[in-house]
Amino acid sequence: MSAVGVIFSNIHDENIPELSRQRTMGSVPFGGRYRLIDFALSNLVNSGVTTVGIITKNNYQSLLDHLGSGKDWDLARKTGGLVLLPPFGAMDSGLYKNRLEALKSITGFLTRRNEDYVVLCDCDGVYRMDFSEIIDYHESKQADITMVCHPEELVNYASYTVVHSDESGRVTDIEFNTHSKGISKYYTNIMVIGRKFLLNIISDSIAHGFKSFREDVIMKNVKSFKVYAYNFTGYHATIDSLGSYFKHNMELLNKSVRDELFGARDIYTKVRDSAPSKYGFSSLVKNSLVSDGCVVEGTVENSILFRGVKVGKGSVIKDSIIMQDTVIGEGVKLNCVITDKNVVIRDNRILSGCEIQPYFLAKGTMI
Amino acid sequence: MQRKKECVAMLLAGGQGSRLYALTNNIAKPAVPFGAKYRIIDFPLSNCINSGIDTVGVLTQYQPLVLNEYIGNGQPWDLDRNFGGVHVLSPYQKKSKSAWYEGTANAIYQNLNFIKMYNPEYVLILSGDHIYKMDYSKMLRSHIENKADCTIAAIEVPLKEASRFGILNTNPDGSIYEFEEKPKQPKSTLASMGVYIFSADKMYKYLEADDNDPDSSKDFGKNVLPAMLNAGERMFAYRFDGYWKDVGTISSLWEANMDLLGESPSFDVADTAWKIHSRNPLAPPEYQGENAVVTNSMLALGCEVYGTVENSVISSNVVVEEGATVKDSVIMSGTVIKKNASVNYSIIDEDVIVEEGAVIGEDKATAKGIAVLGRKIAVGEGAKVAAGSIIDKNIKSGEEA
Repeated sequence: MSAVGVIFSNIHDENIPELSRQRTMGSVPFGGRYRLIDFALSNLVNSGVTTVGIITKNNYQSLLDHLGSGKDWDLARKTGGLVLLPPFGAMDSGLYKNRLEALKSITGFLTRRNEDYVVLCDCDGVYRMDFSEIIDYHESKQADITMVCHPEELVNYASYTVVHSDESGRVTDIEFNTHSKGISKYYTNIMVIGRKFLLNIISDSIAHGFKSFREDVIMKNVKSFKVYAYNFTGYHATIDSLGSYFKHNMELLNKSVRDELFGARDIYTKVRDSAPSKYGFSSLVKNSLVSDGCVVEGTVENSILFRGVKVGKGSVIKDSIIMQDTVIGEGVKLNCVITDKNVVIRDNRILSGCEIQPYFLAKGTMI
Repeated sequence: MQRKKECVAMLLAGGQGSRLYALTNNIAKPAVPFGAKYRIIDFPLSNCINSGIDTVGVLTQYQPLVLNEYIGNGQPWDLDRNFGGVHVLSPYQKKSKSAWYEGTANAIYQNLNFIKMYNPEYVLILSGDHIYKMDYSKMLRSHIENKADCTIAAIEVPLKEASRFGILNTNPDGSIYEFEEKPKQPKSTLASMGVYIFSADKMYKYLEADDNDPDSSKDFGKNVLPAMLNAGERMFAYRFDGYWKDVGTISSLWEANMDLLGESPSFDVADTAWKIHSRNPLAPPEYQGENAVVTNSMLALGCEVYGTVENSVISSNVVVEEGATVKDSVIMSGTVIKKNASVNYSIIDEDVIVEEGAVIGEDKATAKGIAVLGRKIAVGEGAKVAAGSIIDKNIKSGEEA
């Protein structure tokens, strides 16, 4: 098995505009000390992929800062490793507008590789998956394209691509924006495709002036290409709104979810050398995740604290996500609040949101 | 132009640390875990990089595996350099006279070739068993200003403890006129911290001479420094007044861990102006369950606490199950404290399993000592480990030790 990874870091930026105003979807903080790209990246590395191209087009400072040389994912390599693929081109070609244009802009990268397969991933998923099993499946089906799908009862169909397949796993139909009921198999935005096959369809779509990878390339050719659906039954969460971001973060408080994602201790992230977290004489933390570098003197319930958060005496934080280096004073009450990085909440403030629409404080807000 | 370094640091990390008993059965003292996520060697290494010293030789001899693995290419301390960086130096075979490191001075003598590779003007000698934050560049500046041949970092210690240290007797200008190794009747309370800066040429000269002296025990404190003083070289004390702790004994290791706790701790590892770098555990944030109670404690990543933790320092990936209590203790990574077990006034090494209902140690107020459990031990259900006992083998359920 030989595969190269390609990660689209910007594709779903519009899903959570609150969090992606100043960053890519890939660098959206998640789960106390991770960024969404860590899941795709770690899974690729753990599946034996040693070359990963990261496609990005704008707002990518935070992403570059997070990735560095790639050493935290063991991707600082002499051969291959982490390859950043920012917009490239002369004169008339500028920022690409969609997935197909992004793929067109990396044909040079794909041509120079010699791996058999390409694993394409987006940054809207939280999962732990062995891609080498998917490549085995792809080979056993002699497929052109394998779409990784996850069965789930969907609430918000607008943001999912639903896949129908026959008994052999061959995809028969692909829909989006449907209103079907019950359990559906949705596409996780993870795909295995032959490298040469991908290069062929890219040049073909340039020739035909196609605009959309999903509609013009995959959906129109679902009968002529051998497209298979791989059924992934493990934990998979799609982040498609601030509400689902909140919900899936909170799912980490569930031991089985946490064990599945992190039990093997192989989801990597940038290390920051923070000191261990400290708890004061009056601290009380219940059903919560606390990252390193925190100082907790108050009460924290059903919440997630990112690195370097301070919670003052007498403060009560409930059902909230508090991002990196947020400072919460004394006597503060928070309920269903998401604070972005470096927020300061002064003494005795009371803020509240609700589960489907958490109260959001942008990066650097002082209140 | 010849490439050179102004100052090269040599870190003596070969000691067995026999007074840490079970904790150093399989690892060298500098590799002993400290402060929930660190190892002792993180402190001198971080001090080096924070002081602008990027070339460090680490001299190892006793059980070097964990230490070597931990240091690796030095990347966590930013010491992976094309020229310089951190290098682990073990004793090696020579054409004649192959030998283990016989003493601190001999260890440096055997690695003079390493030092000379960088052609330094100054050599900083460090030991790997102290917890402190110190800016060596300030000490180097004072060495240069004093036109000294050797500068010894020194700290005031209580009079009753002075006889455990090398004591420096100094003139008002800081120059040393007498050096007393562990004196019974100390004349002063200024103790050597085992941190020396030498002008390189002088050090080469005295190490050569020391090596040729058959009666020498090849030790800096006992032989080299007195020889330099007798020969009339310029030797100065550099006063350091920060936190400094030798963690060479079970009780001092426990105390130093406890010094990290509290609202204004005597030693602050969270100081962003002087970051302590370390190899970070690969783990998710720590989780505290519905009934967890954690007060005045420090927890590292990957811990899962469902029970009670009080006045304790808990390393990464430790599990404290429902109903279990941990009080006044230091627990190192990967250890599991099962349901209703209780741990009091203890140090528990890495990957220990304390089964349900086991009782380790005794309340600090009444205990006659700290209970210690060595690496990878299992303590059976309902077993009891008495206060002050040091255990390095499994204890069956129901047994008392």
